[in-house]
Amino acid sequence: MLIFAVAVVGFAYASVGFGLKGRLPSGMFTYLLAFIVIMALAHLAVRRFAPYADPLLVPVAAMLNGLGVVMTYRLQEAGRDGNPGANVNGHGLFVPMNSSATLIQIFYTAIGVACFVAVLVMFREARTLQRYTYTLGAAGLFLIALPALLPSSISGVPGTGAKIQISLGGFTLQPEEFAKLALAVSFAGYLVAKRDALALAGRRVLGIDLPRGRDLGPILVVWGLSLLLLVFESDIGTSAVFMGMFVAMLYIATSRTSWLLIGFLLFVAGAFTASKLFSHVGARFSAWLHPFTAVNIQNSAFQLVKGLEGMGSGGLLGKGLGSGQPYLTPLVQSDLVFTGFGEELGLTGLMALLLLYALIAQRGLSTALMVKDPFSKLLAGGLSFMFALQVFVIVGGVTRLIPLTGITTPFLSQGGSSLVASWVMIAVLARLSDTARRPPPQPIQEEGLTQVVSLQ
Amino acid sequence: MSALTLTLIRVAFLAVLWLFVIAAIGVVRTDLFGSSGSPSRRARARARAQQAPRQPQRPPRQPRPGRSTPRVLLVTDGALKGTSVDLAEQQITLGRSNDATLVLNDDYASSRHARIFPQDGQWIVEDLGSTNGTYLDRQKVTRPMPVPVGVPIRIGKTVLELRR
Repeated sequence: MLIFAVAVVGFAYASVGFGLKGRLPSGMFTYLLAFIVIMALAHLAVRRFAPYADPLLVPVAAMLNGLGVVMTYRLQEAGRDGNPGANVNGHGLFVPMNSSATLIQIFYTAIGVACFVAVLVMFREARTLQRYTYTLGAAGLFLIALPALLPSSISGVPGTGAKIQISLGGFTLQPEEFAKLALAVSFAGYLVAKRDALALAGRRVLGIDLPRGRDLGPILVVWGLSLLLLVFESDIGTSAVFMGMFVAMLYIATSRTSWLLIGFLLFVAGAFTASKLFSHVGARFSAWLHPFTAVNIQNSAFQLVKGLEGMGSGGLLGKGLGSGQPYLTPLVQSDLVFTGFGEELGLTGLMALLLLYALIAQRGLSTALMVKDPFSKLLAGGLSFMFALQVFVIVGGVTRLIPLTGITTPFLSQGGSSLVASWVMIAVLARLSDTARRPPPQPIQEEGLTQVVSLQ
Repeated sequence: MSALTLTLIRVAFLAVLWLFVIAAIGVVRTDLFGSSGSPSRRARARARAQQAPRQPQRPPRQPRPGRSTPRVLLVTDGALKGTSVDLAEQQITLGRSNDATLVLNDDYASSRHARIFPQDGQWIVEDLGSTNGTYLDRQKVTRPMPVPVGVPIRIGKTVLELRR
C-alpha cells in the first residue's frame, strides 16, 4: 500500500510538471527520493515497533501528506519561471511563496515522521500515557495560552487579527495543534478516572441526568478556559473542534445521548452569541450567509468566493494538476488547500480525498471498538472523531456548508505544526491499533465456534 | 505537450487515485472478512482452512456428539436468563470483563470469575480466584471439578447449567 501511495504521489508530481511546463519538473527526483526515504523509515518503524498496527494508517497518511507536498510545489511554482501565476487578471492577492516552500514542507514531513517514530518508540503501551493525564492537561492549556500572552509582534498572524502562532527567527509554530493532542489524552485520562461518577451520580433535571459538579468541575474549567483563550486568539475553527472532541469523548465515556444534545445546543448558542458580540465572528457569518453581496464579495467573503469559483471551474474531473488557477484564492496553500485540489482534481479527486480522510477516521474508530481498556478506547475514539471533525469544519467551511473558519486541513495544508501534529496523532492511533490487534498470548483457536445465541 | 496528452494524464491520475482508495478499502474488507478475494475464492479458502486442520485432528478425538456429552451451556437464572453458549472444543470463561466468553452482567461476579473447559470428554469448572466464589450445586468450587449435565453452577445471582 505504501509503495502504491508513493507511486501515486510521484505521478501527481510528474503531472504537475507536465501541466506547468510540458516536461518532468526539475528536481523531481530529489524531492521524490527524500519523500520515499522518509516514508520507508516510517514503514520500518511501524514494522519494528508496532508490528500489528493497522496496515492502512501510514499509507493513507503518506498519501495525503505527499499530495500536500505536491500541491505546495505546484503553488510555489505559480508565478515563477514564466508559469501563470499570481498577477494574472490583476489579482495580486496571492502571496508568492518562498522558492524553497516544497523543501521546507518535505523537511516538516521528515520532522513529522521523526515524531511519529519517537512516539512509537517511547510509548510501547498506550496506557502509559494515562499517567500524564494532568501533566498533559496543563501542558495543553499552557500551549493554548502561550500565543495569547505573548505580544502580538510574536504571536500575531499578519493581516488576520488572529493570535495563534509563535514566530521565532523565521520559524512559526502553531501550539494549538499540539495542544489538541495533549488535551485529548488528558480528557481521556480524566474521563476514565471519573467515568462511573459522571454516568451514575447526579441529579435529574428536565429528564437529563446531570453529573455532580465536583466530578465535572475540573474538566469544565479546562475546557472553558481553552475556549475562552481561543476566542481571545480569534480562532473559532479550533474551538469548534475542541468542543466537538470534548462532547464526543463525554458521549463515548458515559454513553448518554443527552450529552450530544447539550453540547450541540451549547455550541449553537455560543456561536450565535459570539457572532453578535465579536465583529470578526459576525463578519464570518455574514460572509457565509450572503457571500455574493457587493460588500461581502470584496471583503470578508472574497476568499470564500474565490475558493468556490475555483472548485466550480474544476468541475467533475478538474483542470488537471498544474493547469488550473488555484493561486487566485488567497491562502490557498494553507486554509483553502481543499479548493485548490477541487480546482485541479475536480469533484472526482475531492471525493477520493474525502474517502481517504474517512478511512483514517474509520480505522481510528474501529480501533476504539477493538481495543480493550477504556482509556485507549476513549483516546482512539476522541482522536479519530477530532480528526474527522477538523476535516468537516474546514471542508464544510470552504464549500459554504458552515461558516468558513481558518483551520488547517490535516496533512494537505502547507505548514509544519499541523503536519507534525497529524503525524503524532497517526502514531498514537498506530500504537493503539497495535495494542488492539496484537494476538493474545495464548492464541484461542478459531473464534466463531463459540456463539452466544439467545433462545427466546 | 498537447491538450490531449494533458487530458489523458489528468484522467489517468484520477483513476490511479481512485485505485488507491479502492485498494485501501479492499484492505478494510480483508480485515473484516478474513481472507481476501472474491466471495467464491473466499468460500473455497474457508473450505480449505476447515479441511486442513480438522483432518489430522480427527482420529485422537472421541466420537463427538455422543449421547452423554452436553452441547450447550444455558443460563437458567440471573440477568442473562435464557442465554446459551454452544460448547465447542475450547474453554469458556465467565466473568464481568469484556474479554470473557460469557460476559456476566452480575454485580456479585468478579471480572474473571470462573472457567469451564473440556478434559477427557468431561467439562470441568474451575474458580479463577473470584471474590464471591463459584458453587457447583451446593458445594463451593475450590479446585477444578467435573460438571455433570443438569447440575446448576452458581455465580453470584447467575445460575448456569450444562444441557444436552
